[in-house]
Amino acid sequence: MNHVDKAVEALRTALGTAIASVDVFRGETTVELGRESLLAAVRRLHDDAELDFNFLAALTATDRWPEEPRFSVVYQLYSFKHNVFLGLRARLPGDSAEIDSLEPVFPAANWHEREVFDLFGITFRGHSDLRRILLPYDWVGHPLRKDQPQGYEEVQFTFNYDEIDRRKPYARE
Amino acid sequence: MGLTQMDVTVDELKHLVSDRVLQGETMLLNMGPQHPSTHGVLRLLLELDGEKVVNCIPDIGFLHTGIEKNMEAKNYTQAIVMTDRMDYLNTMGNVLVYVLAIEKLVDLDVPVRAQVIRVILTELQRIASHLVWLGTHALDLAAMSVFLYCFRERERILDVLEMCSGQRMMTSYFRPGGLWRDVPPEFEPAVRSILELMPGRIAQYEALLTDNPLWIDRTRKIGVISGPEALRAGLTGPSLRGSGVAWDLRKAQPYCGYEHYEFDIPVGSNGDVYDRYRCRMEEMRQSLRIVDQALRKLPSGPVQSNNRKFVPPPRSELGESMEALIHHFKLWTEGFSAPAGSVFVAVESPRGELGCFLEGDGGPKPHRVHFRTPSFANLQALPQLSRGHLVADLVGIIGSLDIVLGDVDR
Repeated sequence: MNHVDKAVEALRTALGTAIASVDVFRGETTVELGRESLLAAVRRLHDDAELDFNFLAALTATDRWPEEPRFSVVYQLYSFKHNVFLGLRARLPGDSAEIDSLEPVFPAANWHEREVFDLFGITFRGHSDLRRILLPYDWVGHPLRKDQPQGYEEVQFTFNYDEIDRRKPYARE
Repeated sequence: MGLTQMDVTVDELKHLVSDRVLQGETMLLNMGPQHPSTHGVLRLLLELDGEKVVNCIPDIGFLHTGIEKNMEAKNYTQAIVMTDRMDYLNTMGNVLVYVLAIEKLVDLDVPVRAQVIRVILTELQRIASHLVWLGTHALDLAAMSVFLYCFRERERILDVLEMCSGQRMMTSYFRPGGLWRDVPPEFEPAVRSILELMPGRIAQYEALLTDNPLWIDRTRKIGVISGPEALRAGLTGPSLRGSGVAWDLRKAQPYCGYEHYEFDIPVGSNGDVYDRYRCRMEEMRQSLRIVDQALRKLPSGPVQSNNRKFVPPPRSELGESMEALIHHFKLWTEGFSAPAGSVFVAVESPRGELGCFLEGDGGPKPHRVHFRTPSFANLQALPQLSRGHLVADLVGIIGSLDIVLGDVDR
């Protein structure tokens, strides 16, 4: 049994039904789990001396609007000792895009979570300094969301004027 | 930046500075965003007690160009040109990680010759990047001449990149399944001459700096971070190896056949600015070793995969084969489609772990591309590294992290 399987097995015993699926694609294992158990899972992977996932290699999010739950927050953990990556994924619905911050376990998550907050508008509970990081502090909207236009202005006709007007990113005071 | 914005910022940042600011005991000072030693547009809000840094709050995003969003609007091949513009000192490495991610996502093979050329060019690019780092780092710490020497040699490397790709910096030379085209005949002699030239030149830079008492005074015991702390802070690359952690993705998770090359991972022991400097200097020599081995075993053969679903057919086939014409038309209009699924690929850039998270949705455009850039992650450690040091040393610490603001902000 390789180390990734061992980690998945440990997560299964610890969290049970909170694990929605285990996906293997092109040799990469990604564990999809409920957002309430994310912090517990990461703590287990990090603190357990046998599992020893001690490095947060990447943290980002994706959006599959208009499907729901639209957001996924994706984590790539790495174990120096065993030299393996393990992916974690938690799905969040659009109307309550919130998840626990990983800062208590990985201080390095700070800026990565700020970036996701800035570009996707996902809130990280317990984050020490959740401000915009790349965009100006008075920016309106979250550009990496799929319902944000690509920068061009959408043409408004009579029939869809109000609909576009409602989500049009005006510069507001 | 007017006063009003400053007022708002102080209010917003109250939880990041000490109470002494509000008493007027310490001073808030803006460094940047157009300060020459920040190597781009980085603003640091410093809380100073006299000349001592009490707190340092980086403010980034001045170079944010929305590359990740723009890539979602292009097909997989078109989006390649955007990766060059992130870390503009490591264009080959950026394209490499993106192309590797595509190849993993669509399961595409790469011929051996293309892989070896990829290794040669990324290693040359690593040397070029380290030369810019060394020149500007020394310039920040008031050693003017090193800068001129470094840029002289860097030009030789950029000449090689130009003869391959037609561009000195924005190369876009790697493509899914191989390279844009084969290297020209003058490539090998040019690389060979760089291999002959560089060891002597690196020794010259070292003669100027390594035992120079002024240099040692400015760099030793400055910006110290221990190995475990550096890991917690998310440092990678030479900034991590300077603290004694021998982690290099070329060894740990080899790609492009790095497992077939013999090279060492230089590590420091003290984790200060000086050790990070020594690591990068030694890395240049190791890169030369890799280039030398690669050049010796450079096989002949194709430089592009034969999988016509992803790689356009050569021009000569278009007049004879209907399938070639169809593939040509499909690939240059719609592009190829990638399956729904996500992959994560990480390579060792000159600055550290450069990761690419790529998610496809079955169509010809990437659904989501994210770059985990080493400059972004390394810059996060700056407040921790600079606390308690003088403002003058802060300049050296920024230099020792080797950040590129295009890479930070994307």
